[in-house]
Amino acid sequence: MSELAIPELCLVVLVGASGSGKSTFARQHFGQYEVLSSDFCRGLVADDENDQAATKDAFEVLNFIAGKRLAAGRLTVVDATNVQPDGRRQLVELARAHDVLPVAIVLDLPEKIAVARNAERPDRDFGAHVVRRQRDQLRRGLKRLTKEGFRKVHVLSSVEEVDAATIVRERLLTDFTDQHGPFDVIGDIHGCRSELETLLTKLGYAIVRDDEGRPVDAVHPEGRKAVFVGDLVDRGPDSPGVLRLVMGMVGARHGFCVPGNHENKLVRALQGRDVKRSHGLEETLDQLSRETEEFRKEVERFCYDLVSHLVLDDGRLVVAHAGLKEAYHGRASGRVRSFALYGDSTGETDEFGLPVRYPWANDYRGRAMVLYGHTPTPEAEWVNNTMCLDTGCVFGGRLTALRYPEKEAVDVPAEQVWYEPVKPLAPSPGAVVERAHDQLDIEDVLGKRVIETAYHGRVTVHEENAAGALEVMSRFALHPRWLPYLPPTMSPVATSARPDVLEHPDEAFAGYAALGVTDLICEEKHMGSRAVVLVCRDEDAAGRRFGAGDGETGAVYTRTGRSFFSPGLTEELLAGVRESVGKADLWTELDTDWLLLDCELLPWSAKGGELIRNQYAGVGAAARTALPNAVIGLVQAQARGVDIGDLGERTALRAMNADAFTAAYRRYVWETGVDLPPGEAHLDGVSIAPFQVLATEGRTHVETDHGWHLRIADRLVEAAPELFRTTRRLRVDTGAPESTAAGAAWWEAITADGGEGMVVKPYAGLVRTKKGGLVQPGMKVRGKEYLRIIYGPDYTAPEHLARLRDRNLGHKRSLALREYALGLESLTRFAGGEPLWRVHEPVFAVLALESEPVDPRL
Amino acid sequence: MVSTTLAGARCSTTLKALGAVGNNVPVYLTLTSAALSPDQNATDLGYLLHKHPDRAQEFGVTAGTAHVFYPEADEHRCTVALLLEVDPIALVRGRRRGGGRSGDGLTLGQYVNDRPYAASSMLAVALGKVFRTALAGRCDARPDLVDRPLSLDVHVPSLPGGAELVRDLFEPLGWQVDASPVPLDETIPEWGPSRYVDLRLTGSQVLSQALSHLYVLLPALDDAKHYWVTSDEVDKLVRAGEGWLAGHPQRELITRRYLKHQRELVETATSRLLEAEDVPVDLAADEPAPRPLVALRKEAVLAALQESGAQRVVDLGCGEGALLRWLIDDARYGEVVGADVSPLALSRAEKRLNLDRMPDTQRARLTLLQSSLTYRDDRIAGYDAIVLMEVVEHLDPDRLPALEQTVFGHARPKTVIVTTPNSEHNVRYEKLAAGAMRHPDHRFEWTRAEFRAWADGVAAMHGYATAYSPIGEDDPEVGPPTQMAVFTRREAVAT
Repeated sequence: MSELAIPELCLVVLVGASGSGKSTFARQHFGQYEVLSSDFCRGLVADDENDQAATKDAFEVLNFIAGKRLAAGRLTVVDATNVQPDGRRQLVELARAHDVLPVAIVLDLPEKIAVARNAERPDRDFGAHVVRRQRDQLRRGLKRLTKEGFRKVHVLSSVEEVDAATIVRERLLTDFTDQHGPFDVIGDIHGCRSELETLLTKLGYAIVRDDEGRPVDAVHPEGRKAVFVGDLVDRGPDSPGVLRLVMGMVGARHGFCVPGNHENKLVRALQGRDVKRSHGLEETLDQLSRETEEFRKEVERFCYDLVSHLVLDDGRLVVAHAGLKEAYHGRASGRVRSFALYGDSTGETDEFGLPVRYPWANDYRGRAMVLYGHTPTPEAEWVNNTMCLDTGCVFGGRLTALRYPEKEAVDVPAEQVWYEPVKPLAPSPGAVVERAHDQLDIEDVLGKRVIETAYHGRVTVHEENAAGALEVMSRFALHPRWLPYLPPTMSPVATSARPDVLEHPDEAFAGYAALGVTDLICEEKHMGSRAVVLVCRDEDAAGRRFGAGDGETGAVYTRTGRSFFSPGLTEELLAGVRESVGKADLWTELDTDWLLLDCELLPWSAKGGELIRNQYAGVGAAARTALPNAVIGLVQAQARGVDIGDLGERTALRAMNADAFTAAYRRYVWETGVDLPPGEAHLDGVSIAPFQVLATEGRTHVETDHGWHLRIADRLVEAAPELFRTTRRLRVDTGAPESTAAGAAWWEAITADGGEGMVVKPYAGLVRTKKGGLVQPGMKVRGKEYLRIIYGPDYTAPEHLARLRDRNLGHKRSLALREYALGLESLTRFAGGEPLWRVHEPVFAVLALESEPVDPRL
Repeated sequence: MVSTTLAGARCSTTLKALGAVGNNVPVYLTLTSAALSPDQNATDLGYLLHKHPDRAQEFGVTAGTAHVFYPEADEHRCTVALLLEVDPIALVRGRRRGGGRSGDGLTLGQYVNDRPYAASSMLAVALGKVFRTALAGRCDARPDLVDRPLSLDVHVPSLPGGAELVRDLFEPLGWQVDASPVPLDETIPEWGPSRYVDLRLTGSQVLSQALSHLYVLLPALDDAKHYWVTSDEVDKLVRAGEGWLAGHPQRELITRRYLKHQRELVETATSRLLEAEDVPVDLAADEPAPRPLVALRKEAVLAALQESGAQRVVDLGCGEGALLRWLIDDARYGEVVGADVSPLALSRAEKRLNLDRMPDTQRARLTLLQSSLTYRDDRIAGYDAIVLMEVVEHLDPDRLPALEQTVFGHARPKTVIVTTPNSEHNVRYEKLAAGAMRHPDHRFEWTRAEFRAWADGVAAMHGYATAYSPIGEDDPEVGPPTQMAVFTRREAVAT
């Protein structure tokens, strides 16, 4: 029995004349969908598997499907005669285009067998000469297959060999997905053996030495393994020493290593090829010349055997010397190796004569963490879930390691400048204002999108809604770095059956109780605008965490991501918030240097002034001018004895409603200085009512109870009572009738006093139903007079109330829940330090969902 | 007789007259006739109007219910009141049946607005129906009264339109106008007046003329017709305006607003009005003489493009396609991309360019796509030129680096053409307040020095060379109204 070895991911090209048994072979050894047959494709496009006129179309279909499968990383088998070089060339190109290896399996059976088999099939009415011609072509091409680019060629020359063959799928050389670490990934060493020893020791490894005291291995007591990103050699003082240690660790399975461009060049030098001994190679060869020939051979073999990159931990971690774009992870081709060794280059050179590297990491959108080296940088920094660990040790910088999965950087300083850099390590001052990787791609947001949320599964954003959100986000919203979160919409409570109101707390209590949530908190609904406040401890923190410049230290923004104020006023407000956070000692207590707060900003007129003036005040003015005149006219007519029916009464009542309507919007208006011309504008009259701490460094607070949140808010109020406003509250136990009655009475008192209403929330914060679904984070219960602004002056008339009760809350509730889940998702990603595009995705989705058509009065 | 075509998608955008649910409270107007001499009887008004002074009557009209009653009626004074109870439900439903885009107009303004209170086109429609014969100048019972001028006093308590405009419209017709502005909110005086006036007209007028003045001018003042205007509106306007509109100094404004700014209809109506009065038709007389800046800008950009030798061009921020039209009409541009962030602008561009009727070969050269200045986009990469015509000033300054990345860093065309206002020139615009910007959405306007500082910095960072030129008259003191920079990529140093 012969075993035919093929890589787990490859393009298998079957080669053989018609009748050689390719389809049977394919059926026996490969899956139903793995095999793409040219005959079948002929049938697809022409209803006839033997219609030679359809060959061109059939192969276009076959290549298209094969391309899709290979792009998705699936092994694919092409079942066609493939006896002509031209057809094979196309398939080799296809394999290369997807960076998988092409493999040929040749069925080179005697002609008479093929002819006999064809004769048994009535649909194959071509003569023996066809088979003969195909076999001639096959034999002519057989020797050329390797040259054509096939990386493996298996030839089966008899029926017996075909019958005996089995296929063995081998792991790709890059596949270390079964290695789960934990790892310590170590940056470019360049012969700095002493620093490497110090770093390994700092990481907790015990260095093993040979008789001469030279380090030959390092062992971690907890079984951690080191992963070297390459460039072990050149420029530094002891490249052989570094090689000895790393080779020892790799040999003892205490470490892994990928090749750097310097190892690549070293191999060629050791093989005796003519290479330019520049960039420190001279030093290495010099040092190696003092080693034994055996050691040099060992080095040559070790470096030669290194695989371009490693895919570790179920694909969650990829290590390559110069990094690797996602399409190349786990792939094999010349260009994959070249990318892994040298990175992506623009073909240009910079003022120092060094190649200009294309910043592939800025575009990186993959899920795997990519760790690499190659380009010395002053600070190891996260760029879209990738990190360059080359901190220029040999140039006098540091040697850096990253603990995985902890994402914790550990470094040791260089003992000296071992090699003068051509280009200074530190970036030229002021060169880069904008963090390039903060640049978002249209692909991150546009089109139909499905967002995986940790709390609520998949949330779909439809294409047209994304299109609308793109405009709003691009034209009006703040810089995305300041928008880690947009507040979700909130559903009103179920409609009340009471004769005189549309909404009442009883329905909120009953609604939550029905879901098994009995511990509730009622929070006063402020008469302002929803505001999110992001405040940093200082400019330095804002720059470090958010990439801010120009003295910005945070943002104060609306539900749609617009800034409330000019930059100057925003900073003034943030200064006040910052001072209070300091006074309340929250920086220390929450161990953070920034805070994201969910708030209400008052008065409404500060943001909604134009709306109030143009819409509400205008309606009020028109009504209060027209109606009293009409009432007078009607009274006069009635006095003359004209029968006007109930028109007079009706009109008088409406005049009163118009007054009530005006009174309702007036409560939202008071004077502030925010609309004054620049230079004169001030914040007097503006206040903020915080009610939730959304996130701080490294964590969200969405699962903490509202008691905690409000206590934090109270401390801010205490620190600056003129800036912050208390959120009045009442805890309600739905199991106790006196408690729910107190809740209802409290709402009545607030709203009778002109208040907007209240929001009822589960006290615990994030709560799930017994079945596991998310529970609405809050329900609003709005006051009777406030609703006049929403539903119109006369909505309280019984005939209208009756009609208005028939309102459909289903869509609004579903929307509220989906937006809530997206909000949680963005907070989680943001607090977890994920790249900006990942945070922006759910934030953008909230805005997109907001453009779904829903009754705006809800 | 009342043309209220509610069909078609356009209704959703034109039909703003949607009242709040339950807001069917009155729109109100009174008209008082006073007897000038003992031989006159003020209650003759009842004959003229065909409405008995001692009865209150109601009439169904499209907008709701119109009530007519007389608060006073004796031989000295007779006042008729028209009170319209708007039924917003009918209008909202009409809109939905009209098949507007789903979700269109789902704003609170749809539910709470001034339509039920303000004198508007709906009141005019009711007027036209309820007093139809009087408006037509017929009175079968007392034909002798028809042409006799009456001493009239009209009161419209909440009429949209500024006091000045109200005077400009009514005074030329022989009315004495008392238009007192209604405060927006009397408790908040700093808000100033609302858009309404409390209007009293007094004068000696023939009733049918007085009614036709109201019939035409109320909607013109409101400038927000509640129904879609079709060509039979022209007939109505010509009929109602007979004898007074052609010679009215504000004819153009009235016609334009009455016909909802539809240019073709306005021109038809104007010609017919003038012909009816034997006035020679010369519509071109009102055309402004100097070449507008818009045209100059377009020419400058096209010239710069031509000079760059570009064949594949992106108009980034193409809006409704003003520049695209020229680009696709010029065969040298083998590939033209119009990109804008606004889906609405793009769909308008599609209509304006008649995309569905464009010949295949021309159509194949044009692509419209939604893109954003602040998100990098592979679809606009690799072109010869990108045009940013009056675009950068619509971005907040802190988003400019993102635009620079998108255009100069990522798309990297050989040529980038940027035009933007020159703020120094603003002092030459008399109507522009000092320090104000030319457009409410402009986030900044640069001086020439500021523009150059920005452009030179961008060019240095991304490897481009810049050349600047003025657009429009280059004022020796404050420079041109618009400034243009052409960026040319320095070819990469190959190694």
